[in-house]
Amino acid sequence: MKPEALAKTGEPRPGEPTSREEGARKPTKRRDAMVLSVLPLYVFTFLFVIGPLVYMLVLSFLRRAEVWGVTLEFTFENYANILKPVYLKTFLESLKLACLTTLLVALFGYPFGYFMARQNAAWKRRIMVLLMIPFWTSSLVRLYGWIIIFRANGVLDGLLMALNITNAPLKVLYTYAAVVVGMVYALVPFMIFAVYSSAEKLDWQLVEAARDLGATPFQAFWTVSFKLTLPGLLSGIVLTFIPSMGLFFIADILGGNKVVLVGNLIQEQLMKARNWPFAAALSVVLLTLTSIMIALYRKISGVKDLEGLV
Amino acid sequence: MDDTVILQLSQIHKSFGDVKVLDGIDLSVRKGEFITLLGPSGCGKTTTLRIIAGLERPDSGRVFIAGKDVTNEEPNRRNVNTVFQNYALFPHMTVEANIGYSLRLKRVDKETIKKTVSQALELVQLSGYEKRMPDELSGGQKQRVAIARAIVNQPAVLLLDEPLGALDLQLRRQMQVELKRLRARLGVTFVYITHDQEEALNMSDRIAVMRNGKFEQIGTPSDVYDRPKTSYVARFVGSANIVEGTVLESDGQRIAFRSQGAVCLVAARGARLSPGEAVRVAVRSEMVDLTPYASPELPYSGLDAAGGNPGDSQVGLQAVVKEKNFAGGVLQITVSLADGSELVASRHGIDSPLVPGDKVRVTWQPERAVLVDLEETP
Ligand SMILES: Nc1ncnc2c1ncn2[C@@H]1O[C@H](COP(=O)(O)OP(=O)(O)OP(=O)(O)O)[C@@H](O)[C@H]1O
Ligand SMILES: [Mg+2]
Repeated sequence: MKPEALAKTGEPRPGEPTSREEGARKPTKRRDAMVLSVLPLYVFTFLFVIGPLVYMLVLSFLRRAEVWGVTLEFTFENYANILKPVYLKTFLESLKLACLTTLLVALFGYPFGYFMARQNAAWKRRIMVLLMIPFWTSSLVRLYGWIIIFRANGVLDGLLMALNITNAPLKVLYTYAAVVVGMVYALVPFMIFAVYSSAEKLDWQLVEAARDLGATPFQAFWTVSFKLTLPGLLSGIVLTFIPSMGLFFIADILGGNKVVLVGNLIQEQLMKARNWPFAAALSVVLLTLTSIMIALYRKISGVKDLEGLV
Repeated sequence: MDDTVILQLSQIHKSFGDVKVLDGIDLSVRKGEFITLLGPSGCGKTTTLRIIAGLERPDSGRVFIAGKDVTNEEPNRRNVNTVFQNYALFPHMTVEANIGYSLRLKRVDKETIKKTVSQALELVQLSGYEKRMPDELSGGQKQRVAIARAIVNQPAVLLLDEPLGALDLQLRRQMQVELKRLRARLGVTFVYITHDQEEALNMSDRIAVMRNGKFEQIGTPSDVYDRPKTSYVARFVGSANIVEGTVLESDGQRIAFRSQGAVCLVAARGARLSPGEAVRVAVRSEMVDLTPYASPELPYSGLDAAGGNPGDSQVGLQAVVKEKNFAGGVLQITVSLADGSELVASRHGIDSPLVPGDKVRVTWQPERAVLVDLEETP
């Protein structure tokens, strides 16, 4: 909770029957109680959000030690390093994949969520359960499932060849396409939920009013339904784009070593190269990029909460 | 008023699943007419309107607008517009954009749209509200915007689904007057839904009283109020009492019938009934006379012997005053009849000398009572 919100709730509400002296005493008392009740929240936020962030930021300006850890020496070196073509390329590559993933997720997830919201209650429940089931298993296990499908002479190749669509194995595994499919698969539920929760609130009578006033089905969709479910789509985009910048293990497992994303780079620098400051600098840049995304989203949609953030 | 038929429904049937909602609707509306569909909740009013608008397809039957069969036309291809029960204003558009919506779809130029919108706003007395958002309007204002949005397109028929249903009584009266004025100015045909009989009587040229997906009676307000065809219409429109009996005799002008051991009279109005036939008669509460009943029943001596004024003769139902209620400027006296059923008489004024337990005789002027359910009664 923000401090100004805190102050607001502490004030007596209009219309509340308070005698004069009571009115003078009560708010401060209540404010004390409020502070006490939100204090754990502040402590928690400081320990687990602000603390690590500051730590990361500080780390990113330090120099790497010869063998292990860091030396307390201020430097911009790590940020300068990022501008090297090889790393810059990784960033661009990640952005490209994130954009492509988000586009595909939107193209698939928007209609799905929209039409799901148009079903009757029983069907909504059934679809919801089907969407939730995958979340009960580990995402790694599900990724290995894709390996079985994608690998040379795997399920996909077998199917395509049996149907005489191709006559040699496609070997989709460890390609860019495999990574894209994996990403879309992992992220599409978030888009569906975001769009669904927005489309669910859409009053269908508005669409009928549009049709009554002369709109074709498409015009009615575009001027009314789409506009009113746009917040859902936008939060879906944010919910897909941001993770897709960092989902390193999908690129790892389905892309072999061929697809290197920022997430992979950070993980590699941290775990293998043991270059903590550089990993920290990369993380700071990634965080900044995603923060810009969220700021942009807020500006466009004019809302302060991410709708459908379940 | 033009006599050409602008809207015609013929034999409309509609079911939702197993539920039969419309069961053979026939209606023809003249150009410029104000017709009201009146009926209790769930009788199919909205469904009828949606079928006219094209938002619902009938299972069978035809819809004609301006002589053209539009049964299979999409809603956007019909020259009718709807004012929805809960306004259905586009929440993401300003008042101006809401009203101009249909014009923008038609690609009317911006200047003309602006002019037309401000004229429409003036018409509904909301000038200066162009830039407001719907959620910044009161219920009454929303309703005005919804009306402006529907008329800006100059539809052949304007469909209004309980447009005043959500407003409080005072605002409702005011909007009734305004709607009447608006309609006089525009000359648009109105198909209006309400379940408020007073509103229907006040505003309509004709009223179609609906029951279970059928029209029970279609006629002018005075037709349905003064000359209801069925006991249902009499009860729903005029809150009338229904008295049942068997015909004793008829002299062409009046019919005498026996009910609960007493004799009652009703104007015949051309109905030919022979002795022994069952009849049902509607008498509105304000037409019921109660006279203290001191002596035992006087024998009925036939229509001729009753003399010049049968209302004064010693006929009439025996009853006991049950309770008195003062409501809406009238005193309602409920009496119970010999068979235990109840009957209501109303009076102007706050009280009457009658008190519960008093024995009274229930009479009425024969021409004030109406024979109903004529074709139904065997
Ligand atoms: N889409 C639908 N699916 C199933 N049943 C429906 C549907 N629309 C209406 N009905 C049923 O049809 C009947 C008539 O409905 P309708 O809305 O026409 O009534 P109404 O006369 O407008 O009532 P009210 O005065 O309450 O608005 C009702 O029993 C309703 O439950
Ligand atoms: Mg209705």
